Amino acid sequence: MADIAATEAPAAALPGEADKGTLRLHRAIMIGIAIALVIAPFVAYPVFVMKVLCFALFALAFNLLLGYGGLLSFGHAAYFGMASYVCAFTAKNWGLTPELAILLGTAVSGGLGLVFGALAIRRQGIYFAMITLALAQMVYFFSLQTPRFTGGEDGIQAVPRGHLFGLINLADDRTLYWLVAAIFMAGLLAIYRIIHSPFGQVCKAIRDNEPRAISLGYRANQYKLAVFVLSASLAGLAGSTKAIVFQLASLTDVHWSMSGEVVLMTLVGGLGTVFGPIAGAIVIVSMQNYLAGLGAWVTVVQGVIFVICVMTFREGLVGVISKWIRKPL
Amino acid sequence: MFELLGVPPQALFGQVLLGLINGSFYAILSLGLAVIFGLLNIINFTHGAQYMMGAFVAWMCLNYLGINYWVALLLAPLVVGATGIAIERLLLKRIAHVDHLYGLLLTFGLALIIQGLFRNEFGSSGLPYQIPAELRGGVNLGFMFLPWYRGWVVVASLVVCLATWFLIEKTRLGAYLRAATENPTLTQAFGINVPLLVTLTYGFGVALAGFAGVLAAPIYSVNPNMGADLIIVVFAVVVIGGMGSILGAIVTGFSLGLVEGLTKVFYPEASATVIFIIMVLVLLVRPAGLFGRAA
Repeated sequence: MADIAATEAPAAALPGEADKGTLRLHRAIMIGIAIALVIAPFVAYPVFVMKVLCFALFALAFNLLLGYGGLLSFGHAAYFGMASYVCAFTAKNWGLTPELAILLGTAVSGGLGLVFGALAIRRQGIYFAMITLALAQMVYFFSLQTPRFTGGEDGIQAVPRGHLFGLINLADDRTLYWLVAAIFMAGLLAIYRIIHSPFGQVCKAIRDNEPRAISLGYRANQYKLAVFVLSASLAGLAGSTKAIVFQLASLTDVHWSMSGEVVLMTLVGGLGTVFGPIAGAIVIVSMQNYLAGLGAWVTVVQGVIFVICVMTFREGLVGVISKWIRKPL
Repeated sequence: MFELLGVPPQALFGQVLLGLINGSFYAILSLGLAVIFGLLNIINFTHGAQYMMGAFVAWMCLNYLGINYWVALLLAPLVVGATGIAIERLLLKRIAHVDHLYGLLLTFGLALIIQGLFRNEFGSSGLPYQIPAELRGGVNLGFMFLPWYRGWVVVASLVVCLATWFLIEKTRLGAYLRAATENPTLTQAFGINVPLLVTLTYGFGVALAGFAGVLAAPIYSVNPNMGADLIIVVFAVVVIGGMGSILGAIVTGFSLGLVEGLTKVFYPEASATVIFIIMVLVLLVRPAGLFGRAA
């Protein structure tokens, strides 16, 4: 299967060719991101930064599946939204501490990813996208029809932020910010580690040439399923964190337009680049913030960005930079 | 009053009819998707928006120009098909050489644009479209009341589906189309204008969606969001049927509509999800789809 990322990723992204310069560059970028995370709450509105971080982590998780597994899922809102519901429900009704609620949400998403992934990898390419979309729509209808769990149209509101480990009060935005920043950084480092591990290399091999990887003795479907579950869990981590930040889980989180948004963020930032989804999330979330007053025009603008990106800008922001400096990012 | 399986027959046959109507739309839309996929290798995400456009063109014809339903039934597919041809020539053609998943992303973006524009112009609440005077009222069949318009929708869809099948499987033009689907390079070498064929195919598939939209206008109110959720169900229908066979798409569309209608009678809670559940079962038992060829 010729896949979307392999045709677009710069040639230097081949495994094993990550020379010392690239590694040093990546390390510098990671440190730069960490510094930016420390400065950000003092120069920007913390809730806005937390929103960006949640969506950036969501887009990173999506990109792990598309960029490195070569699988385009059009239903990632299911994992994001389901985790958001589970986290909000358990924090509010069972009185779980935030870290337990977030972990539970992540675990449920991982489980959902295991079931849906096992079904979806039975088909490839365009069918895979349609199946993931249809399964996610099923989750949407489930959420709509079980108001005792999800609150129906109202969603789960006024979710308590609670005390971290039962000790630290998270009610203050500044305090909560450090937790969200830590979760984001941990997620980013985990994804970076996964991509550059032997497991990640095999995933890339399967993405580039599945029959050949199979002939070399790799069980392609097991690798695909594993990367699907990892991606779904990390999307769930982002969704759970979002529920704590905004104290809200709603139908918007499981709707197909959310799946579309995460695709758009990744596309704008650069498919198959490590750091692209972060850039894409910053651009799209900022845009939504500035254009919030325009109502339905936001949808039109998003559609236009989709069309422009696909027609003229398939590498995305980070992909273009990566081409300039001739190093994979 | 007698009952069938614990359900009054009026309700049962009413839902069966409604199921068949939904099935007609599934059949026409999945047929269009299959024809487009065959030649262009892309999944047309804009299909739902184009179905909605068909309904709106009919509505605008009536309210701005005073053109009646029957003319709109011919005119709207032509208008929607023409916009489809423009989309193919201006956009899709230029990305034919890159991965086909980009086609999915492009048409998704187009769907957002079209739906957003219509929502800005007409709002999210539905606009009424009157049933044409010739088809008002209905007939009592004894076991149920059959509104003429609903009967007409099922018959008209069936005729269009079968005509499409005939066009593709039995005519010379259809033979070119099937040849180009099988091997475009070789077909072109035989002197057939494949790029033109691709454009016309996309226009035709999209016109089918527009036609379904006009049929739907008097039943569901004309609404900018009417295609968005429908298209996801149609995707599931396509996964269930597989896109290998024209007749398969028609049969799958109608029967899934029927199953959905029956679910509404016997277990209404599952009626929104039953098609997705069937999709899961088909994936487990026969991953290539009921009428599909293994990839």
